[in-house]
Amino acid sequence: MSDTGQERRLVVAVPPHIHGPESCRSIMLWVVGALAPAAAWSMVQMGTPAVVTYAVCIGTALASEAAWNALAKRPQTITDGSALVTGLLLAMSLPPLTPWWISAVGAAVAIVLGKMVFGGLGWNLFNPALVGRAFVLLSWGGVLSKLPSKGWYRTIDVAGSGSLDAISGATRLAIAAAVRMAKGGYGFDLAAQYRPLLLRNLEGSLGEVSAALLIAGGLVLIWKRIIDWRIPVGYVGAMALLSWGFGSDPIFNVLAGGVLLGAFFMATDYVSSPMTRNARLVYGIGCGVFNAVGRFFGSMPESTTFAILFMNGLAPLLDRIFVPRTFGWVKRDG
Amino acid sequence: MPRDAFRGGIHPPDMKHLSAGRPIERAAVPERLVVPAIQHIGACCEPTVDPGQRVKRGQAIALVDAFVSAPVHSPVDGVVEEISEHLTAAGLRVPCVTIIPDAEQDFDRWEPVEGSDLAAIVRAAGVVGLGGATFPSAVKLVPPKEFTVTTVILNGCECEPYLTCDHRLMLEAPDRVVRGGVIIRESLGAERLVIGIESNKKDAAEAVREAAQGTEAEVVVLPTKYPQGAEKQLIWAILRKEVPHGKLPAAAGALVHNVGTAAAIADAVDVRKPLMERVVTVTGRVAKPGNYRVLLGTLVSDLIEMAGGFSGEVERVIAGGPMTGPVLGSLDVPVTKGMSGVVVLGPGDAAKPVDEDQPCIRCGRCSEACPMFLQPFAIGTYANARLWDRTEQFHALDCIECGACAYVCPTSRPLVQLIRIAKAELAAKGVRP
Ligand code: SF4
Ligand code: SF4
Repeated sequence: MSDTGQERRLVVAVPPHIHGPESCRSIMLWVVGALAPAAAWSMVQMGTPAVVTYAVCIGTALASEAAWNALAKRPQTITDGSALVTGLLLAMSLPPLTPWWISAVGAAVAIVLGKMVFGGLGWNLFNPALVGRAFVLLSWGGVLSKLPSKGWYRTIDVAGSGSLDAISGATRLAIAAAVRMAKGGYGFDLAAQYRPLLLRNLEGSLGEVSAALLIAGGLVLIWKRIIDWRIPVGYVGAMALLSWGFGSDPIFNVLAGGVLLGAFFMATDYVSSPMTRNARLVYGIGCGVFNAVGRFFGSMPESTTFAILFMNGLAPLLDRIFVPRTFGWVKRDG
Repeated sequence: MPRDAFRGGIHPPDMKHLSAGRPIERAAVPERLVVPAIQHIGACCEPTVDPGQRVKRGQAIALVDAFVSAPVHSPVDGVVEEISEHLTAAGLRVPCVTIIPDAEQDFDRWEPVEGSDLAAIVRAAGVVGLGGATFPSAVKLVPPKEFTVTTVILNGCECEPYLTCDHRLMLEAPDRVVRGGVIIRESLGAERLVIGIESNKKDAAEAVREAAQGTEAEVVVLPTKYPQGAEKQLIWAILRKEVPHGKLPAAAGALVHNVGTAAAIADAVDVRKPLMERVVTVTGRVAKPGNYRVLLGTLVSDLIEMAGGFSGEVERVIAGGPMTGPVLGSLDVPVTKGMSGVVVLGPGDAAKPVDEDQPCIRCGRCSEACPMFLQPFAIGTYANARLWDRTEQFHALDCIECGACAYVCPTSRPLVQLIRIAKAELAAKGVRP
């Protein structure tokens, strides 16, 4: 041998001996990267309160995962990137002025009740960030809806309705809904809201500041095959179609609220979504349908969260229904 | 125009540039050859020579009287040193004939094989599937009773990364490949002869197409995608027919031979040459990557030295391609009929060792990549839970162990290993495909 010393250090392992470029961490970092422009823009627009919300959510998410692992004497997992994604997504689903302790509780609940109690990453049934958000909504929904904001609605004439000031901090969506409820129709031009919703929207949660940046990030993830296009396409498609069917503006309804964040980044969470192509399409459509139904007929302030959580619950069933046919089999069990 | 490939599969970096440009070169005759008495799937041969005995190149040195078997021949003129057990690449200890070659060798001369008919000649020549399957080729020359083989397919895909031995063979001896295909087609009475070659070997496809002129052989260029060279995926790409679950390829009217095997069959039939050597790609972290015509029984350690020795840090040495080949724990193992390559991987080229504790994050990549449309994550999870019946319901037995699933799994779950365990458990319970 030219170098016999080498021989002793040979690694004995099973094939395949080469591995693709993707790891759990690289995937999570792609997601973070895709969210980064929208998150950065929201910090620019909202300033310090936004930075605090992000920091508290991400920090608490990482800390609670580390603490849980330490207490449960499990191997440390905070470097796999999933807690980072959960914290970031939770922050983007909260308004910037959310009291820091609500953010912290939300993040801790997301990680501990949303993921770790199930056995950690891979074993949870529901999207952890949405579990945290649902907990926050159910516990302090009232607090959140009364937060002050730089209300755009004061600058437009909503048919002389001074009463809308009562909904301080409300989103364009809430106002559209309120006006619709009060007057049986939209008192203002929804199409005029496209531009602010796409580029600079200061109402609602941190993830709603720029729909354009969310869409760009989502398209990158689809292009890099990090996420399957079937989920966002099914989701957004169903949402738009139903909004149109319910007599509203489909584009406004897709851009407003948490639909885009949900469709591209929350519903596509691997662990809580189905795994096969057809199941994913059906799941995406289901998310869109429940989101639309909740928005137009429900009393829930934010139907995106509950629509996705509901479909998370159905994901295992969908996987079971849509088991693909094995090559060489006429049909399954045929 | 390449046809559509099969559904699923992966595109690993093919790394063929390391050796694709190197013409086949005869490897030096080593000090001693360790020739295993079994180099195929089937019954083991008995060594028929004794220590101290002189042997001639091409002389049979291990035989058995079984249908599914292949005799072994001495690749050199020399003297038998001993008969003893020796480790092979598969990790087994098998009877081997150690031969000390004479100083002078005439590679153009050999003891001709004899046989009453074509299949007997091919059988006597010890030809087996050289793509790695090592199934005795003569068995596949007799038309199966149940089915009619309409198409003979020669597999020139060489879809495993790094390997270039079939590529060079098609380029340098396309006439032998075509001739072998013609012999196989005739002996089976099939209608068509199709040679499938991946699109990353256009020059080889051109050479074979030229050699095929005036014969019935058709050359089909297929998209480059792993595992295009897997039997069922190749048949589908060419005939658009699925081999039914649990059936032989003949059920789809097809029979597949590797191009190297076809050339060996042509040599056996035309010049009565037994299988004593093969082309091996030695590549990766070696000083002189290339394609070597290697005498069977040459030790891998000698072969690596002939290729200039290791270059840089070495982590794994693989017998065959990196997707399916076994890793070598020791380099003191002989080259056998099924060894298409010796691939040396360093840190960075090789996958990190798998970690059983890593969770499945349910990303679905493994089922997207599976050319058999399986759900490897499910089989893996049920195998972990020792729920063997469930692994069978998820068709673990249909897995072709191509490794595509494990290649893409972001958490590096040992999917192939888990599926193998499930298969072994099912076999132990008597479950057959
Ligand atoms: S399950 Fe088997 S056939 Fe499917 S990708 Fe994995 S190794 Fe290949
Ligand atoms: S590729 Fe790995 S992580 Fe993804 S579904 Fe398959 S087993 Fe699970």
